[in-house]
Amino acid sequence: MLEVKDLTARYGRAQILNGVSLRVGGNEVVALLGRNGAGKTTTMKCVMGLVLQKAGEITYDGVSILGKPSHEICRLGIGYVPEERRIFGDLTVEENLEVGDRPARADAPEWSREHLFELFPNLAERRRNLGKQLSGGEQQMLTIARTLMGNPKVVLLDEPSEGIAPVIVEQMARVIKELKAEGLSVLLSEQNLHFARAVADRACIIEKGTLRYEGGFADLDAHPEISQQYLAV
Amino acid sequence: MGFYVAQLLTGLANASSLFLIACGLSIIFGVTRIVNFAHGSFYMVGAYLAYSIVALFPGSILGFWGGVIAAALIVGLLGLVVEMTILRRIYRAPELFQLVATFGVVLIIQDMAQAIWGAEDKLGPRAPGLSSAVRIMGEPIPEYDLALILIGPAVLAGIWLLFHRTRWGVLVRAATQDREMVGALGVNQAWLFSATFVLGAALAGLGGAIQIPRESVNLQMDLSVIGDAFVVVVIGGMGSVSGAFVAAVLISVLNAFAVLVYPQISIVLPFVVMAVVLIVRPYGLFGKEGSGHGAPTEPEQPLRLMSSRATLVLMALVFALAASPLVASDFASILLVDLMVATLFAVSLHFMMGLGGMVSFGHAAYFGVGAYGAAMAVSYLGLPMIPAMIVGPLAAAVAALFFGWFCVRLSGVYLAMLTLAAAQILWGVTFQSQEYTGGDDGIVGIWPASWATSDQAYFYVAFALCIGGIWFLRRVAHSPFGYGLRGVRDSDVRAEAIGMDVKFHQWMGFALAGTMAGLAGVVFAFSKGSVFPDVLGIGQSVDGLVMVLLGGIHALAGPILGAGVFVLIEDWVSRLDYWRFIFGMIILGVVLLAPDGVAGGVDRLMRALGLRREGQT
Repeated sequence: MLEVKDLTARYGRAQILNGVSLRVGGNEVVALLGRNGAGKTTTMKCVMGLVLQKAGEITYDGVSILGKPSHEICRLGIGYVPEERRIFGDLTVEENLEVGDRPARADAPEWSREHLFELFPNLAERRRNLGKQLSGGEQQMLTIARTLMGNPKVVLLDEPSEGIAPVIVEQMARVIKELKAEGLSVLLSEQNLHFARAVADRACIIEKGTLRYEGGFADLDAHPEISQQYLAV
Repeated sequence: MGFYVAQLLTGLANASSLFLIACGLSIIFGVTRIVNFAHGSFYMVGAYLAYSIVALFPGSILGFWGGVIAAALIVGLLGLVVEMTILRRIYRAPELFQLVATFGVVLIIQDMAQAIWGAEDKLGPRAPGLSSAVRIMGEPIPEYDLALILIGPAVLAGIWLLFHRTRWGVLVRAATQDREMVGALGVNQAWLFSATFVLGAALAGLGGAIQIPRESVNLQMDLSVIGDAFVVVVIGGMGSVSGAFVAAVLISVLNAFAVLVYPQISIVLPFVVMAVVLIVRPYGLFGKEGSGHGAPTEPEQPLRLMSSRATLVLMALVFALAASPLVASDFASILLVDLMVATLFAVSLHFMMGLGGMVSFGHAAYFGVGAYGAAMAVSYLGLPMIPAMIVGPLAAAVAALFFGWFCVRLSGVYLAMLTLAAAQILWGVTFQSQEYTGGDDGIVGIWPASWATSDQAYFYVAFALCIGGIWFLRRVAHSPFGYGLRGVRDSDVRAEAIGMDVKFHQWMGFALAGTMAGLAGVVFAFSKGSVFPDVLGIGQSVDGLVMVLLGGIHALAGPILGAGVFVLIEDWVSRLDYWRFIFGMIILGVVLLAPDGVAGGVDRLMRALGLRREGQT
């Protein structure tokens, strides 16, 4: 489905990625694990066309998307949920959803506002509030709902559990399982191994812009030295 | 009482047109982050088109209003052409480079308007059906003014509905906050930008078109309105439409009453109000701190000391320049003095912008204060050349310390606007203080000392001062102070965290840049023998900006190249008919071919030819 091969990227003269390869299959949840600064966010931004200086291969359904502008990548069916949430603070919840709205596509489930409000009941109550009036957890839900309005087939979820209350983290986990149940694929970046294990099918670990491990969680648990080396802080 | 009501109504009528142009500017800036200098040109073209179209239907109400709307629509199309052929290609260029491109558009439109409509002022017709006056509380109020008072709020309401009740409007508001995210959600930014530009241009065209019954249409409308429009946008908050409305009413009404007390105030009043508002509210009345998510930008590269080969080339150039009076004609010597003055001015502006990260739209203020300082020292104190040459930069230093103290409290485009305000206030004061500065007549008879009167001798005076000043600024760039300045530019938070006094550093950088601009002004004054208020004007400031941005802001050599190219091209084309058109086209050509400036373009060319290693600057 989504395949990244030998991806390198830099900001100015700072090399961030030195050859990242990973694959997200159909209806699969893949966790991209790594410490702060390992290159998780940059990998996602590269897929989304938000990093200019990059090289390697990024294909989606066998078609190269490297170098395409981000709106075209989105229209192919890749949804992006950024780490800093980036909701539109001066727009209401409903208007935020409106920005993400795209026509339905045959190969992906269609999300209506009402369906999303069922999935995120807090948002339903606050549909007329401005984005900046929401709590951190509500903003995180809004940013996911906004991306789902685009009816994506693959969702790039950048650190959804970061900086929100534990009870919301649980809700996030339920949401990710719901996405999988609906038939979506998810690439999830995480620092939290426990959260990743709870929701993902496979794990990729990157460190200093390079892929260090790819495989199942059972293998990872059998070799605790791997997570010790690349994830422990 | 009736008289005051009449003044209030006049103020409100003036506010409408100002609001239309300012809100277009604000919308364009909000979405595209382009400071559109050509917005005044759209306003002017709107007025000319309305004049021509309305003249086809004399006396017809439908013809008048239809003509006004048609003019606005045609200007919208003009905006589309500008956006698609020029701006769309350079959205990824360094911020503010688009500003240079829009300045090229200003020049081109000026000459095209002159070619089409001629140089004489055009007097528009009165609006049919609204050509008389009604009496309100005993005072005659033109009916057309009342119509204008209604048009402003009507347009405001229309834009509000557009922005809140249509998907397109929601996208525009979202893009004003975070356009990259809007793109990642599947919205084609290119079309959003185009549509926004068309709307903004059409509003400016409408603003110009509705003015035709009130004032004559002329070729100076573009730059005379752009200053006020910037002020309104900044007071309201960049990107805020309702803010633009409130600010337009505030400025126009204040102006209507202030002229009763002090008739000359209207030139400086908007800028004084803006300065006060920005000092109290750094992002304007309704503005917010911009989102960090604009176009992706490359981090600044460290400056390196020049390689020995580059040093040799530069030394050779300086020696060639020093030897030039031996072979060059007097005329060429004068041109070379102009070139050196422009270079020092550009280098001082680059010091502030490129190294200090403080963009100035009003650097001419310090150039002009230096020039006037020296000229007044000669004409009032009777000082000889050398002491007067010391007074000039000192005066510029004092002015830069004063205005800089306020400016460094702001950042980004608001800082730039406050520098513009400072320059316009100084320009207005100079223009009006007839008894001290000679006003429009300037100060004449500022000639060099007798030993320096020959063109050759004065060339060496200019050479010593300008090359000395440029050398000094380059030394400072590589001094600990220069490191600090660049550190503050790249991350003020981190600079502060390691114990630097950020504001003080910027303030000193501002003052030093102003002092050196003053030195350039002094050399200029003695080379021309006179000073006029133009030296403080927007035109002079924009020239400096174009030189710095055209040369390339990321390299120390940028302003030197930029000034050289600018002065030589201007000298060459200004002898031609329609030189503005040609000059504007050249600017656009450079902008499109070398979006990182002449220095960047040369750099890339040399890399492509294998003459320079990757990473070397």
